[in-house]
Amino acid sequence: MSQSLNLKLKVWRQDGPSSTGTFVDYDVQNIPDDASFLEMLDILNEQLLEKGEVPIEFPHDCREGICGTCGVMINGRAHGPEHGTATCQLHMRKFSNGDTIVVEPWKARAFPIVKDLVVDRSPLDQIIAAGGFVTAPTGTAADANETPIPKEVADSAMDAAACIGCGACVAACPNSAAQLFTSAKVWHLNSLPQGQPERFRRVEAMVDTMEQFFGSCTNHGECTEACPKEIPQDFIAYLNRDYMKSKVANRRLASQR
Amino acid sequence: MFADSKIPEGPMADKWNNHKFSIKLVNPANKRKFRIAIVGSGLAGASAAATLGELGYNVDLFTFHDSPRRAHSIAAQGGINAAKNYRNDGDSVYRLFYDTVKGGDYRSRESNVHRLAEVSVNIIDQMAAQGVPFAREYGGLLDNRSFGGAQVSRTFYARGQTGQQLLLGAYQQMMRQVAEGKVNLYTSTEMLDVVTKDGEAVGIVYRDLVTGEIRSHSAHAVVLATGGYGNVFYLSTNAMACNVTAAWRAHRKGAYFANPCYTQIHPTCIPVADEFQSKLTLMSESLRNDGRIWVPRNPDENRAPASIPEADRYYYLEEKYPAFGNLVPRDVASRNAKTVVDKGQGIGPLKNGVYLDFSEAINRDGRDVIEAKYSNLFQMYERITAEDPYTVPMRIYPASHYTMGGLWVDYNLMTTIPGLYSAGEANFSDHGANRLGASALMQGLADGYFVLPYTIGDYLAPKLGQDPVSTDDPAFTTAVRGVQDQVDQFMSMGGTRSPDYFHRELGKLVWDNIGMARNREGLEKVVGEIRALRDEFWTDLRVPGNSESLNSSLEKAGRVADFFELGELMARDALDREESCGGHFREEYQTPEGEAQRDDENFAHVSAWEWQGPDQPQSLHKEPLAFEEVKLTQRSYK
Repeated sequence: MSQSLNLKLKVWRQDGPSSTGTFVDYDVQNIPDDASFLEMLDILNEQLLEKGEVPIEFPHDCREGICGTCGVMINGRAHGPEHGTATCQLHMRKFSNGDTIVVEPWKARAFPIVKDLVVDRSPLDQIIAAGGFVTAPTGTAADANETPIPKEVADSAMDAAACIGCGACVAACPNSAAQLFTSAKVWHLNSLPQGQPERFRRVEAMVDTMEQFFGSCTNHGECTEACPKEIPQDFIAYLNRDYMKSKVANRRLASQR
Repeated sequence: MFADSKIPEGPMADKWNNHKFSIKLVNPANKRKFRIAIVGSGLAGASAAATLGELGYNVDLFTFHDSPRRAHSIAAQGGINAAKNYRNDGDSVYRLFYDTVKGGDYRSRESNVHRLAEVSVNIIDQMAAQGVPFAREYGGLLDNRSFGGAQVSRTFYARGQTGQQLLLGAYQQMMRQVAEGKVNLYTSTEMLDVVTKDGEAVGIVYRDLVTGEIRSHSAHAVVLATGGYGNVFYLSTNAMACNVTAAWRAHRKGAYFANPCYTQIHPTCIPVADEFQSKLTLMSESLRNDGRIWVPRNPDENRAPASIPEADRYYYLEEKYPAFGNLVPRDVASRNAKTVVDKGQGIGPLKNGVYLDFSEAINRDGRDVIEAKYSNLFQMYERITAEDPYTVPMRIYPASHYTMGGLWVDYNLMTTIPGLYSAGEANFSDHGANRLGASALMQGLADGYFVLPYTIGDYLAPKLGQDPVSTDDPAFTTAVRGVQDQVDQFMSMGGTRSPDYFHRELGKLVWDNIGMARNREGLEKVVGEIRALRDEFWTDLRVPGNSESLNSSLEKAGRVADFFELGELMARDALDREESCGGHFREEYQTPEGEAQRDDENFAHVSAWEWQGPDQPQSLHKEPLAFEEVKLTQRSYK
């Protein structure tokens, strides 16, 4: 049966990218445990607005765990305590009455704070722009069934393609590395027949762009732990393998000219 | 006088080909002399941006998201239709065309639907070439599933995340053009006005959501791919930020708004649980392939679902519609759910749902088969309800999901404002009064990849050599001032209620009176109620914070203001349409069996509404619909 919770929140408030931020304490009462974590913030914001205070800005949109907009640190964990769950899909029944909950934005140098809990994740888009695509301009592509793809390969590509680009992997990583994000896209495309012609070019370009913004991977595995889509760490090994091969393969291609 | 719909001459199957040949082209070297502004980065916007960039146009893409990959197309679950006939089950372009016209209850434009069916085939090829990981069989060929309203298996899918994979495909193609410098991204920007000069669209005014700056942007043509208006109901399956503002501001500038009363209520969503609820979650229609829908025959039933014997269960869709069973179109499935719940047979703590039961499928195929098909949906359901759908039937109820109405467009996807185009859910064009499942993804990509890139050249070609209008032009400065005035007004009102409060209250009015069933009395009453609430909005609204930084309350205020005007027009459109068709069900017009009763003699037309100024009722224009190919019949899925 539905119960209600009284909680103490410590929320990071920051006016803008160059302002100084601080934790602000809020007492929230009578939160139904069927509410989602973001609905709990909605209720708090409605109360703040009624009191004439400025509501907390937090990232959210689809609220069904697929758009990748949401994501905050909850008690130090990206997307909170429930495994394989985006913040919007986390429900208050995972908390207990009287809990203190610390809510912070993603913490990474590559993700500057826009306001309160909202950060700028545009470097992730830049990694995709560097090579996260197949060059297949719109036109008359060959019939889709002309390129059979073994089911196991398609399934594995789909496992990687399930990434929602939320940035939790970066936020959870002690090095603020983006290897899990990058490897998911590299494996999605590099494992498929359509991705082969650009395979080595892609991995080099994406890794090089990634390294302009993010730290280095030292295999902590916090990324997979935090990932709402449970993208496996194995993909990072594939990424490294293809990156290493690219150093040889690309040179060989060059020498053949 | 109605604008010309520009339907090409000739036999249905040749219209699109003939048209592509007869419209004007811009030569490859001249394309770089044109600037096109696209608003929205969903399937339609991203695919149009990618393709127009590839062709050589200069594209500027505006989205209110922090990344274009977050547009709401991403949430589509079930699949995308295409007339590939890979199953050898008798599918064809003509059958997809026929099913879509029939599914739309004979209220769509035949020529547009036929074109959609034609290009559906190219979409699958294109997306496969881009590396979209569609579901495959062991032989490596593409898999299909069935969707409502069709008796063939033509739906392609990528687990329960088809929208995500297609959107990421289009987004990646667009990001390639970003890297090439052909597409400029303007993320976290919201379009707040269309700028017109001498009757033509020449640019937009937008607000930078991070800095609060209001800026103008000049272009040779503008494309609105800004999605539907389902959030007018407040509770819907749409993402929180989905809104009608871009389309509505265009409407206020002269673009006709067509068929606003055609809204789709999706039959399989998780029922409302409480007052604080912020949105409803869809459970894909694909679940109806394996789930059986039922309610207990006895309204006072209090046994657990598993211990209710077969004889005491009412499989109402299977009993009433033996041919289509649980796969009847969405409008039919939704209305029947409402009927049983209204009779008191609903289930769950609030008796506001029906069962979607997988026990038979799990016994038949095994749990692992069901898990492979739907695991992400089952997991999502479990997260939200804390119930395990593998052992307890899902509880579902209809919710607002998609809007067939939208900006009126001609065959070229141009609105009544020359130079202003609309693509995807934002336009009204292809689904008539009801959209079939897996057709939204098809239409968004058809518009963006294969229609707009051709048709926009016809408008641009004669403008060769003309520079875009300067943003110093009075047309721009006046529009900027209008937007700034509204922002200032919101910030200075100092009332007591939040934008969310007004949105929630408006949503209740719209859902109760312009929802799954409508009648004259309710519609006449609700117009007054919406106006009264709107007056309260404009006196008692409170927008906290400032307008010089991220302020979601301010963004929301502008969107809710537009929903008020739209809600009123929906009611007036529903009143005017004295028939039932598809998603528009007027209780006064039904067959003895309770099905929608059309009136083809008087209502086989598109209702397109023209803005007449604030507080003036819009004037109605009718575009007659001619049916040359598909015979108008009473839809039957029995």
